[in-house]
Amino acid sequence: MSPEPLLRVERLGKRFGGFRALDGVSFHIDRGEVLGLVGPNGSGKTTCINVISGLYAPDEGNVLFAGRSVGGRKPHLLARSLINRTFQSPRPFLSLTVRENVEIAATYGRASTAAPAVDVVLERLGLAAEAARRAEDLNSAHQKLLDLARALATGPRLLLVDEIAAGLNPAELLLMADRLRALAAEGMALLVVEHLMGFLERVTDRVIVMNAGREIFDGRLAEAVRDTEVVRVFLGGAAHGG
Amino acid sequence: MRRGVGEYAAVALPLLAALALAPLVYSNELLLFNFIMFLILAQGLNAIYGFTGYLPFGYVGFFGAGAYGFALAVMHLDASPLLAMACAGVAALALGVVLTPLLRLSGAYFAIANLAAAQAVYQVISNPALQDITKGPYGVTLSSVFAPALSYGVALGILAATLALVAWLRNARLGLALQAIREDPVSAAMAGVAVVRGRTIAWLLSALIAGLAGGVFAWHISVFYPETAFDLSFSIFAIVFTLFGGAATQLGPILGVLLLYGLYNVIGITVPQYFQLIYGVLIVLLVLFLPDGLASLATRRGFRVP
Repeated sequence: MSPEPLLRVERLGKRFGGFRALDGVSFHIDRGEVLGLVGPNGSGKTTCINVISGLYAPDEGNVLFAGRSVGGRKPHLLARSLINRTFQSPRPFLSLTVRENVEIAATYGRASTAAPAVDVVLERLGLAAEAARRAEDLNSAHQKLLDLARALATGPRLLLVDEIAAGLNPAELLLMADRLRALAAEGMALLVVEHLMGFLERVTDRVIVMNAGREIFDGRLAEAVRDTEVVRVFLGGAAHGG
Repeated sequence: MRRGVGEYAAVALPLLAALALAPLVYSNELLLFNFIMFLILAQGLNAIYGFTGYLPFGYVGFFGAGAYGFALAVMHLDASPLLAMACAGVAALALGVVLTPLLRLSGAYFAIANLAAAQAVYQVISNPALQDITKGPYGVTLSSVFAPALSYGVALGILAATLALVAWLRNARLGLALQAIREDPVSAAMAGVAVVRGRTIAWLLSALIAGLAGGVFAWHISVFYPETAFDLSFSIFAIVFTLFGGAATQLGPILGVLLLYGLYNVIGITVPQYFQLIYGVLIVLLVLFLPDGLASLATRRGFRVP
């Protein structure tokens, strides 16, 4: 019998009025695995992350973390339960310093004694020199790192990463990919929403392709690009309601 | 952000000492008392607006609840002034608890709903049908407990406690969490901050401060009417003073009260006909050029304001 995956999403459904953003999505992530979540705009990727991180309650289905149901739990409780995330547009506390941003998460969201110290997180992400600066004075690449630092300071075992590569230059992309792989090598599971295929290829072990709120492919990225349904969605998605 | 106790004490202690000694050299004690009351109210508003971003236009509701909590305890329970002060705090806290669901709203919706709630409490208190309990629109007289020197001292004590509370919020974990909530509640939640609980604590602390201010106001003036205790200008002044000085600091609201309420009284005595004009122009200038208040003149230059 295979061990229970760290995260299991079962027939997840989410509606906004008459629009079904998620329509029975199911997948799992193992410890130390990096799972990519790809699909056209509006396919439900960010909604999926929002449900798993507690920002939205699911209308149907369930989210199991380490075998325990966490669907519909409040985000601050999930943060303290080893699940954290970054945002598509980074959301630091702008008037606070970089250190204070991370300190808040380390203070309130620290889920275990294994969570790294503030200085360790800042050093690891190359933000130590910026510690005393206000977050609003950082460039967007540093704000993305700060978003990641805030999440890492809680010591998560599952990290949801929402389009962190967007807007980074090629050198920053490589560095970010290496950082995410290093986290996975330490046993952290990552769910990475991304559009940049090169970045996904470098980071992910497996991808889920979504369209219209459903998963249509689960496998390696190299196989996904040869899948006829995936190709149809990406190349002819507009004509087919993607 | 985090500063030593000394810097806050350097602001608070001279202010408290000056207000304690002022009655010895200045005979208009009621004016001095009003300064203390607005200093308390501005810091109380600071606790909710400065640290969570909620702007309560109906803040006077807590003040009025405190004033009537004090009055009802004296009139119906024959309570001592200090016990009645406790009742004032409890009354405002109770109203705060009842109005906690308003925190689900934000921005203008919260401000309007809060204002409506304060008006509703005023209408209930001033209802002639409740004359046997609240004296309705005819006002209350509390001459049995009139003790201006003692109530002045208690007001100073409340101000000291309020200043200490704001200094603590600026330094404590809770204050940092509240500022995170103000900046971005979603991100704060993902940092592990219990957003609803943090807002509720700030809301109730703010209500308690206004309630105690209302209680000591009732004690000090001893005769008042519902429209006095629920006068909307208490809210407006507390908001303007706080914004003018700079919210989320201890010093900002103090500067706001000393400068603007001082100016208010100077204008009121010398050229009262121009009062609205001068005050209006000042507020327009503030919004245009100093939206973050006087304190931002220092913070923009890299200085930290206690």
